[in-house]
Amino acid sequence: MREPSPLWIAYEETLCAMGEEIEDLVVLDSREPTLSGAFKSMYPRRFFVAGMSEQEMVLTAAGLALGGKRVFVSSSSPFLVGRTYDLIRSSVAIPSLEVHLVSPCGGLDMGPDGAPSQMVEDLGLMTAMPGMPVLVPCDGVSTRRLTGLTVDLKGPSYMRLTRRALRDLTGLDEGDFSIGGARLLTQGEGVTICACGIMVHEALKAAQVLSSQGIDAEVIDCYTVRPLAEQVVLSSVRRTGCCVVAEEHSLFGGLGSAVCQCLSSKYPVPVRLVCGDDRFGQSGSDEELREYYGLTSGRIVGAAVQVLNMRRR
Amino acid sequence: MLSEERSKELISIAREVRKDVVRMIGLAKVGCLESSLALADLLVYLYWEALSVDPSNPRDLRRDRFILSKRRAAPVLYAVLARRGFFSREELWSFGRLGALLQGNPEYRRIPGLDAPSGPSGMGLGMAVGLSMSLQMDKMPCRTFCLMGDGELRDGTVWEAAFSASFRRLGGLVAVINVTDHGKEQWGPVDSVDTIKAKLESFGWTVAEGDGHDFMSMDATFRSIMGVDSPKAVILRTREAGGVLLPGGSSCRGPLSREDVDVAISSIESDGRRPSDERT
Repeated sequence: MREPSPLWIAYEETLCAMGEEIEDLVVLDSREPTLSGAFKSMYPRRFFVAGMSEQEMVLTAAGLALGGKRVFVSSSSPFLVGRTYDLIRSSVAIPSLEVHLVSPCGGLDMGPDGAPSQMVEDLGLMTAMPGMPVLVPCDGVSTRRLTGLTVDLKGPSYMRLTRRALRDLTGLDEGDFSIGGARLLTQGEGVTICACGIMVHEALKAAQVLSSQGIDAEVIDCYTVRPLAEQVVLSSVRRTGCCVVAEEHSLFGGLGSAVCQCLSSKYPVPVRLVCGDDRFGQSGSDEELREYYGLTSGRIVGAAVQVLNMRRR
Repeated sequence: MLSEERSKELISIAREVRKDVVRMIGLAKVGCLESSLALADLLVYLYWEALSVDPSNPRDLRRDRFILSKRRAAPVLYAVLARRGFFSREELWSFGRLGALLQGNPEYRRIPGLDAPSGPSGMGLGMAVGLSMSLQMDKMPCRTFCLMGDGELRDGTVWEAAFSASFRRLGGLVAVINVTDHGKEQWGPVDSVDTIKAKLESFGWTVAEGDGHDFMSMDATFRSIMGVDSPKAVILRTREAGGVLLPGGSSCRGPLSREDVDVAISSIESDGRRPSDERT
């Protein structure tokens, strides 16, 4: 078992390993400290620093992809997708180029820096982009597997990682990752909990608490927010009849929206969202922020009890 | 050096290209006629003289690449690509329609001979930098040309890319900047040729200027800087609508009537282009 570590380390290790075999793999970074520099020292001719100008970085990535390269681009979410949205749209997404946008830190990750450096609406922006896969891994295992899968995509992708150290999880169907898939972590008939990123860990904690109260929760790690693994979610909800969605994101456009959209049209059941609501972030420590914005296992337990009571019998 | 004979040949090709542009915009009832007419000579020079491309093998890895950053000029690029043999001229007549090969904005992968998408202004040069880097990594001797209008020099992304190009020593990158005499437009020219030149030179670029309607001048301008090992910019002055008399004065942005098309085509046919010494 690996020690808990920030997900971008797993990401970069995967790039280093793939770089050996995939000669057209190129990595762009907005400034050197975003990643550790491991890829740069192994493949100096295929690593470029964009000097903190993310707009130019995205356009350069598009140009490299036009030249036949598979490009991984990293910068923190507000700059990577906020600042450059229009350019991602026109130069990467519309022509469907192999440019993979990776944010080493998303959500409320940048604790003390406050709202401008945090981004709670990145998933909404990127899921709204036609054809864009949106990935939110929650541990080193899924980060490795998803990075390995995106490199073979015939178009772009967006992946949100985190700087927080997270332990590896074990799924019930180990090894079965796919773009558009989800990982079943616990089985249960009581309530379905869909989560992504750091909230998967909170969901597992919540499942333990619920279990002590006699409620079996089925925790699904929805590592692809788009395309959502609809069949996995639907088959769980058909058994449980209610659902909680937990994500480090605003109320709009993230996993919660995706799950509600799916359930309301295909199998309507009571749903509660545990997320950052309709607010920007602010300065604070990681713990303080999670407590303040209600991104905790306690909130998931509360939401689970609510949807259970709302369930039609 | 361009021969007198070749120059005449290019003049007549450009005349046909202009007529195609008027016809296709007339049929589509959309599209900016002025931009396309102004850039006809310039694009004919690029596609017949400067760019190393092969219409029978549009994906040849050794070809020079071309990025149209000034997307309003899409119709003239289409007319040039068709006449150069990348696809049938028949495609021109469905420009901008649902399902057409030729979309309002050039779409990558859709159109033979097109090396990059066009989008919001200021986007092309950044992509040209990336493409040029890719070719440099592959040790390909080919060049990347990027056609921009003077208006988009107001976009910050252009200068981020200009800085990056010189920082990365992209000797294979050629920016072609069209500076139009904006005539009566109230905002006037965005910038003078001299200040654009000074700005780019301060970024480490090699810059030359010429007349975008005179093939001899364009040939001399491109030749004067091609050997230099730095990013290069060629600033070419053009006249609004390329000197073609358009119905309803110099600005014709609404859909063209059949009479408008006839007036424009006969203006092109009568003198083709105005004498190049009418510089502004």
